[in-house]
Amino acid sequence: MWKWLHPYANPEVSYHFAGKLLPWLSALAVLFLSIGLVWALAFAPADYQQGDSFRIFYIHVPAASLSMGIYFGMAITAFTSLVWQFKLADASAAAMAPVGATFTAIALITGAAWGKPMWGTWWIWDARLTSELILLFLYLGVIALQSAFEDKNLAGKAAGILTLVGVINLPIIKYSVEWWNTLHQGSTVSKLGKPSMSVDMLWPFLFCFLGFILLVSVIICIRFRSEILARNSIRPWVRTLVSAHLTQEKTNAV
Amino acid sequence: MQFDSLSAFIDMGGYGFYVWLSYGVATALLLILILSSITGHKKVIKNIAQRKQREDKLRQVRNQRQKQDKQLKSKLSEEVTE
Repeated sequence: MWKWLHPYANPEVSYHFAGKLLPWLSALAVLFLSIGLVWALAFAPADYQQGDSFRIFYIHVPAASLSMGIYFGMAITAFTSLVWQFKLADASAAAMAPVGATFTAIALITGAAWGKPMWGTWWIWDARLTSELILLFLYLGVIALQSAFEDKNLAGKAAGILTLVGVINLPIIKYSVEWWNTLHQGSTVSKLGKPSMSVDMLWPFLFCFLGFILLVSVIICIRFRSEILARNSIRPWVRTLVSAHLTQEKTNAV
Repeated sequence: MQFDSLSAFIDMGGYGFYVWLSYGVATALLLILILSSITGHKKVIKNIAQRKQREDKLRQVRNQRQKQDKQLKSKLSEEVTE
């Protein structure tokens, strides 16, 4: 039943598949992000308590949930790579780590910029904020391990083990607002079935969220392709692809 | 539209600094990530091409040497038989 997936285990097929997805994903990402962000900044109503500072929400929440979502995806690829020695999984984990780290940083910085006017402080060692900071350090550790070994298989294994150990942090981040008394407010969107948000705030949020998901897929596709090339550099198909690229560049230069 | 004028839009009800700081930092970080991903891809291709060129050159030199060696050997053997 799942046999149609088999060809995608081939690096060459995956490389070209990701290349075909890229223009579509990029166009959709630009579309959704531009609609979502303009809506969020100019047309969505101000919050009755937080005023216009609430507009930070439209980047902060997507960035924070994507920082966790990307980590979860990276953990799945780390697991498949460790159990089934599936080499493309290492390549995709290496493609995801820098993207996840960037979104974690965005979540932390926008959170600080939202916390200052609302709580009166940029930073507090509160459960939600501290666990999100640990997530950033986990990402940085994974990136460091991935580039610490000349042998990419060994590097993938080491980074994969750290990734799997770090998964324990995800439920801690998610439930920190319920387990501990924190300054951070509880979730407003993900209450299943009945989000406690008005519809004219929910729609721009959904557009932004989908836009950021698409943007993440675009960047991961680009990095995934580079990782595949770097890891298969002696294969004949990479060689022919590279020389085709070069001749094309030369004719463009002339 | 929630704002009456451009200055009201920039002021964001007094929260302008924090809102624009958030949007600015997020845009900057994402732009850096996107650009570095694209240049990284080009760099990988360039590195592989360079390595390929180097290997091609080495192979050429090796082939030439082998040819020269063969010629020398055949010459020598001719001299010996003479």
